[in-house]
Amino acid sequence: MSALLAVDQLRVRFGTRRRGTEVLHGVGFEIAEAETLGLVGESGSGKTTIGRAVLGLVKASGGSIRFDGRDITSASRRDRRELAKEIQVVFQDPYSSLNPAMAIGDILSEPLLLQGVSRRDARARVRTLLDQVGLPVDAADRRPQEFSGGQRQRIAIARALAPEPRLIVCDEPVSALDLTTQARVLDLFREIQQRTKVAYLFISHDLAVVRHISDRACVLYRGDIVETGPVGQVISHPEHAYTQRLILASPVADPDRQAERRRQRRQLLDSLEPSGASA
Amino acid sequence: MTTLIPDPADQQISSVPRRSVWRQLLRDPQAIMTGVIIVLLSLFGLLSPLISPHDPNGASLDAINASPGTAGYLLGGDESGRDILSQLFYSLQTSVVSAVIGAGVALAVGVIAGLVGGYFGNAVRSGTEWLFSLILTFPGLITLIVLLPLTHGDYRWTMLVLGVLLSPGTYRIVRNLVLGVKKELYIDAARVSGLSDIRILGRHVLYAVRGPIIVNTAFLMGTAIASQSGLAFLGVGAKDVPSFGLMIHSGFNNIDAAPLQFVWPCVALGVYTGCMVLFGNSLRDAFSGPRPKRQKPAQGLRLAATAAPTSAVVDGERVDEPMLAVEDLGISFPGSTGPREVVKGVSLTVDPGEVVGLVGESGSGKTQTAFAVLGVLAPEARVTRGSVRIEGRELVGLSESELRSLRGRVVSYIPQEPMSNLDPSFTVGAQLTERVRRTLKVSRQEARQTVLDLLARVEIPDPQRVFSSYPHQISGGMAQRVLIAGAVASRPRLLIADEPTTALDVTVQAEILDLLRGLQKEFGMAILLVTHNFGVVADICDRIAVMQGGEIVETGTTREVFHTPKHPYTRGLLDAILDESAPDGDSARTIGAAR
Amino acid sequence: MLLYALRRLGIGVVLAVLVTFITYLLLSTSFRDMVSTLLGPDATPDSVTGRLHDLGYDRPLVVQYGDWLAHAVRGDLGTSLFTSQAVAPAVLSHMVVTMSIVLPGLAIALILSVILGVWAASRSGAPDRIAQGISLVGHVVPALLTAIVLVVVFAVELKIFPATGYVQFGDSPVGWLRSTTLPVVVLVVAGMAAITAQVRGSMIDELGKDYVRTLRTAGLPSWSIVLKHALRNAGSPALTVTSLQFIQLFSHSVIIENVFALPGFGSFAFTSAQSIDVPVIMGVTIVSVVLVTVVNLIADIVNGYLNPKARLH
Repeated sequence: MSALLAVDQLRVRFGTRRRGTEVLHGVGFEIAEAETLGLVGESGSGKTTIGRAVLGLVKASGGSIRFDGRDITSASRRDRRELAKEIQVVFQDPYSSLNPAMAIGDILSEPLLLQGVSRRDARARVRTLLDQVGLPVDAADRRPQEFSGGQRQRIAIARALAPEPRLIVCDEPVSALDLTTQARVLDLFREIQQRTKVAYLFISHDLAVVRHISDRACVLYRGDIVETGPVGQVISHPEHAYTQRLILASPVADPDRQAERRRQRRQLLDSLEPSGASA
Repeated sequence: MTTLIPDPADQQISSVPRRSVWRQLLRDPQAIMTGVIIVLLSLFGLLSPLISPHDPNGASLDAINASPGTAGYLLGGDESGRDILSQLFYSLQTSVVSAVIGAGVALAVGVIAGLVGGYFGNAVRSGTEWLFSLILTFPGLITLIVLLPLTHGDYRWTMLVLGVLLSPGTYRIVRNLVLGVKKELYIDAARVSGLSDIRILGRHVLYAVRGPIIVNTAFLMGTAIASQSGLAFLGVGAKDVPSFGLMIHSGFNNIDAAPLQFVWPCVALGVYTGCMVLFGNSLRDAFSGPRPKRQKPAQGLRLAATAAPTSAVVDGERVDEPMLAVEDLGISFPGSTGPREVVKGVSLTVDPGEVVGLVGESGSGKTQTAFAVLGVLAPEARVTRGSVRIEGRELVGLSESELRSLRGRVVSYIPQEPMSNLDPSFTVGAQLTERVRRTLKVSRQEARQTVLDLLARVEIPDPQRVFSSYPHQISGGMAQRVLIAGAVASRPRLLIADEPTTALDVTVQAEILDLLRGLQKEFGMAILLVTHNFGVVADICDRIAVMQGGEIVETGTTREVFHTPKHPYTRGLLDAILDESAPDGDSARTIGAAR
Repeated sequence: MLLYALRRLGIGVVLAVLVTFITYLLLSTSFRDMVSTLLGPDATPDSVTGRLHDLGYDRPLVVQYGDWLAHAVRGDLGTSLFTSQAVAPAVLSHMVVTMSIVLPGLAIALILSVILGVWAASRSGAPDRIAQGISLVGHVVPALLTAIVLVVVFAVELKIFPATGYVQFGDSPVGWLRSTTLPVVVLVVAGMAAITAQVRGSMIDELGKDYVRTLRTAGLPSWSIVLKHALRNAGSPALTVTSLQFIQLFSHSVIIENVFALPGFGSFAFTSAQSIDVPVIMGVTIVSVVLVTVVNLIADIVNGYLNPKARLH
């Protein structure tokens, strides 16, 4: 299993050299073709920064990011345009990720035209894409504000699929959605993967979502990966104390099992030193 | 997530597609009138050599102070015998040129610098900031006068300098907009696609900020014209360039002999610049889209005219009254096609000391129901029917001051977003102390001690430090503890918690839920917990009410609803919950066992 | 807080030096014209060059400017080339006249704007229409027109106020008040337009924010929510606009002084610019810039007091 994406010792600093803070302290992981790697962590863990570094939206201050064997750690804008065929993104907020002034058809064809696809081919491709994500063809002429959150997220997925990428970075793609919408969008992600063999770097704070979609998972805590493994193992048999704390803090939707989990969490916290309880 | 109604204060100018702007303008009589006047006057100015009956500087002895209507001199002549009408036409021409140069320079400088300063990094921005604070330090007209030796009074050069002096305003508008747009994820998406910065600026950013720039142009033109006239009035500039300012000056000096002379240029100048400003206002309205009219802020829980409390109102307390009883509550918001009901006859009760979860997806009306109980619905919202009783006392129809006596004392509130719910300008201690003094009627010293005790009670590690901190200096979890401390300060008997943990991390959420559970037991509070999260419900609630589309579709004890949901909607929701111990059916051992 | 104020002051000093230097640089292109005017019709190119040398205007610009700055720092702005009057006292005495209409004008405009803006934001309906109407009138009508209309109506027709002229406060306080009332009214109308609109707008924004709802649920009285909490948060942008309005009114005063024939800063600046009296022009520039800088500094400090984030960053 050769790695499609290989991240090694990645460090990211924000701010100036003198007064900056390092938010990633050397993280590493690999994703294979057609695989889904879940990145779990709380706010400030650096999970979003990892995704943005892979996309070239933040600069790495150390370490390397390799895609299909090529070093893309500090790819130029021109290289990025090439890479856009291979690496795509779906963001969290479906309201801010689509330009409200553009019609859906233009949003979907912009990256294609940039790749040199002819206008006619692009239009045909837009129809296929809309169909793939379960939206009507006439959606191409409408603007984002005419769609609900779930539909917008489908449009964002269609935009990501447009150049037939091999990797999609999904940054909390379902956390702004309602429960029922969330389940349907996750099903769409899985279905697309089965058909196109695309790999996902799936970033989420929600253990249940990561459990549902990932093959393997990494747990991030304050800029470090504290645990990596097959997702079932990470969630059912967590080894690191933070992972255990995280899992026991996530409430289960069942009053009896939640009461049990609460009891276990108390036990765990009592067994740990009475520090680090700060919010 | 819980907002049902688009925020009326939302002035997202950029989100309105262009075609509707023109349609909006054409429907606005003010825009049509001022637009037509501007076009007409500008045409008079541009065509002045063709339509003027006389040379504007050609003096004729016959026409000295000629009265309006004199043959060939429709508006009469001035003190040196020049035709006033011709002077007006040529003054319009001067004004048009001034407006184009002044506004053009200001836009060119301000927009480009604003795009660059807003889009690129901090280093570039601090450079442009410096440049424009430098320009701002030059006091407008005085600078133009001081530079008189340089411009030799040529109004075109003067307008060029004026354009530079006006550019900081444009720069700030554009820079702020760009800083906002830059945070939008669609800009990131464009960068991921490999779009160059220039194309992103041109295609996405400039498009988003074009509205305010167009509006700004109208104001800049008005300012340029007024400034040119003002300077000419002072005598800055050539005497043979016709200008409203010069005309007003000579008319003003000649007011005893011919009082009408100064009226013509005054009216022309006033109408021309006035129309620019009014047209700018219309443009601004058109770009911000049709906005609901601002309503009188709600004072208390207003009833729509037709509705009246349905249940017999029994004032005073009864022993068997529930803590909170909502009956057949309806709430409507004004929509484009008449009032739209978002809460349609909700009934629910909360007994003393009971924790009830109000569960539903976004748009189900759960938050509006909670706001109605507190009497803090948005100003445009109306209670259309039903009743809300707390310990038997009817709230619907009460005035703001009557509600005030209940709020913070009998019923309290914990909001969803901890940060935006604290006043950013006051320390945590000052805010809580004011609240405690108001509700408990104690001295400043006692209040301070009470607040410190409360902060310790909500498990804040360093109460002294948090007491003297400003909201932006503490974390979201801390801020939520502060809000909880404030809410329970007066030991309310009912707590309304609107998604109190949604904005928090799960580990913090667990701590906050523990805290709420502890406080609830200690004070014997009833809690109405509004949430979309079934995990939270399972953790803390005794009973559940499930809302869908403004109605309650199912109520029951937590265990009943989770184990034997009756309504198909509830079943659907529960099925959609992703169980972390699922999907491949691998060994679902509990974690406790793994330890 | 002190550090914050000192840093702002430092920025202000640098800006003042830059502005005066740029002005000097621009004026240097007119030195020959100035000396020609000074020498009158008999001037020859040689005599102009000679006089330039005598006056020191042929030295390197940086040296000339440095010389001027070194004297200016000690309060010595030189003497007028044409009248041989000392520049500093002349500039200041004219500035007093201008400030005696600008400062009251701004203060009254600010007070009325806050009252009207808060009233409009918290009541809507009629108060809101009044506030919007007033700010519209101020925007639509140029100050020149307001001034002329007031003169014609109150001085020429009704003869309630003197049309023109300035009475020293020391000579007759009542006369002073009468001579400044109309100009101040013009400035109040001009100033209120922007400030009222800003106060109204930011108060509406603040009153719609989450924390206001939470304060209501805490049982706080409306006056505290509106006047203590919302107004304080709305204060910062209103303050920025007020400081910009000061510069604006100071600028407008040039025209208004002319209409009312007040011996103010504007007419003084105009006379010196027409004759290209460089020492006086530089005096006018430095005093204006220092004034603007001081006002900005005051605004920054008040803003630091109102807005804890500005203070701490």
